[in-house]
Amino acid sequence: MPVRPVSVGERIKRREDPRLIRGLASYTDDLKLHGGLHAAFVRSDYAAGRIDKVDVSRALARKGVVAVYTFDDLRGKVGRTPCVARPEPGRDAEHPLLADRFVRWVGQPIAVVIAEDRYIARDGALDVAVDITPLPAVVDLKRALEPAAPRVYADHKDNIALHIPRSMNPEVEKLFAEADGTVRLELVNQRVAPVSMEGRAVLAHWDEGPQRLTLWTSTQVPHLVKQSVAQCLGLAEIRIRVIAPEVGGGFGAKIPVYAEECLLPWISKQLRRPVKWSETRTENLLGTTHGRGHIHEIEAAYRKNGELLALRGRVISDVGAYPSFFGASIATFTPLMMPGCYRVKALDVEVVCVYTNTMATDAYRGAGRPEAAYTVERVMDEIAAATGLDAVEVRRRNFIPKSAFPFTTATGAVYDSGDYELALAKALERFDYPASRARQAKARAEGKLVGIGVATFTEICGLGPSTGASPIQRTGSWESGMVRVEPTGNVVITTGASPHGQGQETAFAQMAADAFGIDMNDVEVMHGDTDVVTHGVGTFGSRGLVVGGTAVHMALAKVTAKASRIAAHLLDAKPEQVSFDGESFRVAGSERKMTFRQVAEAAHLWNVPIPGEEPGLEAVARFEPTGTTFPFGAHFCEVEVDPDTGEVALLRYLAVDDAGKIVNPLLADGQRLGGIIQGLGQAMCEEVRYDESGQLLTATLMDYAMPKAHMFPRIELDSTCTPTHLNPLGAKGIGELGTIGSTPCFVSAVLDALRPRGVKHLDMPLKAERVWRALAEAAR
Amino acid sequence: MKISVEVNGQAQERDVEPRTLLVHFLRENLGLTGTHIGCETTICGACTVHLDGRAVKSCTLFAVQADGHKLTTVEGLARDAEHLHPVQIGFWEEHGLQCGYCTPGMIMTTSALLAENPNPSEVEIRHAIEGNICRCTGYQQIVNAVQHAAKIASTIGKGAR
Repeated sequence: MPVRPVSVGERIKRREDPRLIRGLASYTDDLKLHGGLHAAFVRSDYAAGRIDKVDVSRALARKGVVAVYTFDDLRGKVGRTPCVARPEPGRDAEHPLLADRFVRWVGQPIAVVIAEDRYIARDGALDVAVDITPLPAVVDLKRALEPAAPRVYADHKDNIALHIPRSMNPEVEKLFAEADGTVRLELVNQRVAPVSMEGRAVLAHWDEGPQRLTLWTSTQVPHLVKQSVAQCLGLAEIRIRVIAPEVGGGFGAKIPVYAEECLLPWISKQLRRPVKWSETRTENLLGTTHGRGHIHEIEAAYRKNGELLALRGRVISDVGAYPSFFGASIATFTPLMMPGCYRVKALDVEVVCVYTNTMATDAYRGAGRPEAAYTVERVMDEIAAATGLDAVEVRRRNFIPKSAFPFTTATGAVYDSGDYELALAKALERFDYPASRARQAKARAEGKLVGIGVATFTEICGLGPSTGASPIQRTGSWESGMVRVEPTGNVVITTGASPHGQGQETAFAQMAADAFGIDMNDVEVMHGDTDVVTHGVGTFGSRGLVVGGTAVHMALAKVTAKASRIAAHLLDAKPEQVSFDGESFRVAGSERKMTFRQVAEAAHLWNVPIPGEEPGLEAVARFEPTGTTFPFGAHFCEVEVDPDTGEVALLRYLAVDDAGKIVNPLLADGQRLGGIIQGLGQAMCEEVRYDESGQLLTATLMDYAMPKAHMFPRIELDSTCTPTHLNPLGAKGIGELGTIGSTPCFVSAVLDALRPRGVKHLDMPLKAERVWRALAEAAR
Repeated sequence: MKISVEVNGQAQERDVEPRTLLVHFLRENLGLTGTHIGCETTICGACTVHLDGRAVKSCTLFAVQADGHKLTTVEGLARDAEHLHPVQIGFWEEHGLQCGYCTPGMIMTTSALLAENPNPSEVEIRHAIEGNICRCTGYQQIVNAVQHAAKIASTIGKGAR
């Protein structure tokens, strides 16, 4: 039995917080270097056009402006904007760091002005005169697929970036022929903006003496930035240090390596001075990747007992004006995850990724899986409506049973573990589903539009193995963890994950404290600095704990094993006789023992050499996932729609989630609550809107509707625990779960409220106007 | 233009361009980078500071408008790590922050709320932070943080020190 209380599994408050609550943390824009310059970008006002002339003379004449660069200065000297998921030749686009002859979206950088301070840099940007001949733009996704549509790239034969055709699986056709009924849905999963509260920011410093670049950037993936910038600028990786200092949220939009992150280092090298750029919120909405932007045309075949037999159709994904880092690959997760937690027998879904004259899309919290969950959950509700069965019952009848795991879906995904019935049963009980339905019936009788929504869902986390990695990425799906024990017994951990709010400085310190029987405060967790951290990958796809944490766990185990061997020698015992009890290494059946700190001291003092061992006590480990984890959940909510205004009030929301074993429930709750509200934001109010000419109509937070505190009731949380066998922590990943469940749950509730009034379809966001119009139309 | 302001209890005199935004004055001229910029349009509240004790958004005020006034930024709330403001304690205890970027603004808004209304209801707290956007927490733990702060403040007397 452990002597010390174990900290893993406890609600331990974060060690990150003291610096953050006192305003003492340093985000990129907070850093100042001697002689530092500021950059401001001149961006395209047109969605499509030919650049006739860029006149920088007035800007250069302005006092305080140091330099102005356009593509002509870069030609032949730098590479393209980094991209991992490159479309095939003929569909790929060599996207330049600054616009080369043509502009393809509003906000595309054309020139950059470098000045002594940020105000002068912006003045200088206004001085730059750009003559553009507008060309026809294509914004609408379906229009972009028409043969006569304007092409985003004139030398491409169409606007398609990636096409995975239907397999014409005969099984699917057979199931459709045998079905009692089919439903057909066309669903818009609207484009949304990630809106991390800190925008992107870059500070580049080329140090001419040691010939090294230090690049501070607000990123989720410092190691990938290092590799990408090295490749783009033709610099050796060993000449580059990338630091992700405090990072103010990412949500996927800080995975892509952007033109600005490549350009500023190049400029710093030209000018031999540090250069900084912090995007404005308008630049963030114009020029940081968006998410979602799908249209799904889906048909489902079902039996009258509610059984979903097969799905077929098309996923159309808007990749925007250029292939972003992972942009063209995101939609490929959608068909993969479309079976959700259901035993769909066969699927045949085409994927078409389409270029449009809009900002590129890329990963956004969930990245392809929320789109899948939304569609299959809408299908479930349609089957319920068509068969007259209860929405919960339809889902339950289609669940993959607990006994079937590990389960290979019709799309080839191997689900590690699951007990969907358990999570659903807990949610039904907590929500008091029969009573809720009874209340709803009473409210309906009084003419009120009350709806109950349900979503049961699963998703894919901690991607791996590395066999699926792109050679361009030059890094697999593994993550690194290093544990270094100092002579005092204090511990330094480094992780290749790059947390930016997830709390892994705390979670990993908990793990080390338990492993070595030391105080958490005697553990330092470092991340986000490529000179300090062993090569790693970063934080995305709910991999921080699942993959990064496992690597740390493995490194801790390696250190414990060596410490145990050292202790055995010093205690004059055989290694197999020694075990660690949470506080000391003890020899079985004797009183002889050594604390971890005593072993650490001996390992460094080395006055008693240990045969077959090196001095010191540290280990590096890399965890290569052999498979992916599939956390899941059951969410319920209740809404009331005001029939006169269309306004939807969210009255109640309950989430029962299962992410396997939890290291710190306080952090896990934070991930879940934040994710739920983010998903509700998409369902309720968020929407990136371009007009038909490609002008962005939602270019400030006055126009882009973010979820705010007063819109929500208290979210109720409960959980079940179904560990995974794929990692020793038993953790399944939690970062994206809430976002994936809450969007369909809310829409399910609103449609449930409106069905008696004849409203059968709505597309998000379910703003009052849209709901009111649907009610008015149905009444006609 | 020359301006005189008191920031976190210290008198400051600086020459600023008339167009200098208050948030840039605090961050660039005084080096108080705890006040963040999130939207430049008075929507997100990351830049909230106290002007004569009232919460204001410093991204849409000029530094010259603060001339002759008293300002408090997040750095001025606690003397040191051992003397945190009740709202800071609340945010820490209740996990009221993740990435931390909106946090200084949230803390300044809610500390002003508690100064006016020491025992706000959940609805009042949610309305008070309507002008502060957080993308990470979903707000619930921020509400808990403010309730926690109200509780501590009521046991140790007046909140702010």
